[in-house]
Amino acid sequence: MKKHILTGTLTALLTLGGLSVPALAGPEDVVVENAWSRASIGMNRPGAAYMTISNTGDEPVTLIGLATPLAMMPEIHETKTNAEGVSSMSPAGEIVIAPGESIALEPGGLHAMLMRLQEPMTEGDTFPLTLLFDDGGEVTVEVPILSIAARGPED
Amino acid sequence: MQRRAILGYGAAGAGAVALMLFVGWWQVDGPGGPEPIGQRPVALTAMDFRLTDHEGNVVGPETLIGRPTMAFFGFTYCPDVCPTTLSDISGWLDDLGDEADEMNVVFITVDPERDTVETMAEYVGYFHPAIRGWTGPEEQIARVADGFRATYVRVPTESGDYTMNHTASVFLFAASGRFVTMIDYHEPREFAVPKIRRALEEETEGAT
Repeated sequence: MKKHILTGTLTALLTLGGLSVPALAGPEDVVVENAWSRASIGMNRPGAAYMTISNTGDEPVTLIGLATPLAMMPEIHETKTNAEGVSSMSPAGEIVIAPGESIALEPGGLHAMLMRLQEPMTEGDTFPLTLLFDDGGEVTVEVPILSIAARGPED
Repeated sequence: MQRRAILGYGAAGAGAVALMLFVGWWQVDGPGGPEPIGQRPVALTAMDFRLTDHEGNVVGPETLIGRPTMAFFGFTYCPDVCPTTLSDISGWLDDLGDEADEMNVVFITVDPERDTVETMAEYVGYFHPAIRGWTGPEEQIARVADGFRATYVRVPTESGDYTMNHTASVFLFAASGRFVTMIDYHEPREFAVPKIRRALEEETEGAT
């Protein structure tokens, strides 16, 4: 627990310092990189956050949910675009990441959907997002808020 | 007597159900069904609708004739696909540079209930200045989507709100109003910009 707090603080400090570092915390084998999100207009619209989650261990890990003070209902959603070009979005459920594999939360695919924002997402700010795993493990990352027109973590 | 009447009603009921099933089949899967999806949009000149742009001007398909057009559907409460599409388009327009000035770029909402003129104005203001936001009464939006052969449907979410499933492709029309091609969602940018140039060139060919 102490280690979590320490790592989280370190991550927060480094992120605030403008350094892009892999957030390594909680289940030692889970690495979160390139987290980013878009600024919101007010609080009525849901926000979305993106990142890459890697399992560097020997056992599968199962992502079961999200928590953040920014939104009452954070949830992993998946956008799908069918053969007719119609996009739809639905909760992704539990996500198993095999050993040595990564999943990408990226525009048009999986994303952390931030429903019922508690405050507007302001460009230049960051917010903590906690990934919850089925073994009780948690990984918290500081997610930078980029422009509403951002296309990726570098924008 | 009473029994025959019941039998009669029963037979009529069964007949009605069979007829309904047949009509349903005819309209959905049968020869009376809609054209296969993926069908091309009609020309802008064959469309008929009235909307309002984000500056309050009355607009319609004729507004787009004379310049090549890039048009797409979305809604401002869309957290993922729509800002991504708008950002992609902003990037394509940046790549096109001055050529982008010769185009109409229109974002048409499929959620007019929440996307008022003011909402559209605020939203498009965050993206490339060439992008215009169009909204209007639901029945007019339906006419636009029909002309584009686009679809949209309102879906309730667990948070008590609703989201919209909708066609996410970007449509390209020549200056004449003729449909040229579409850019599918997820298509790499290296394919998108040449497609847009093709629509721009059709205009030049049409003019000579």
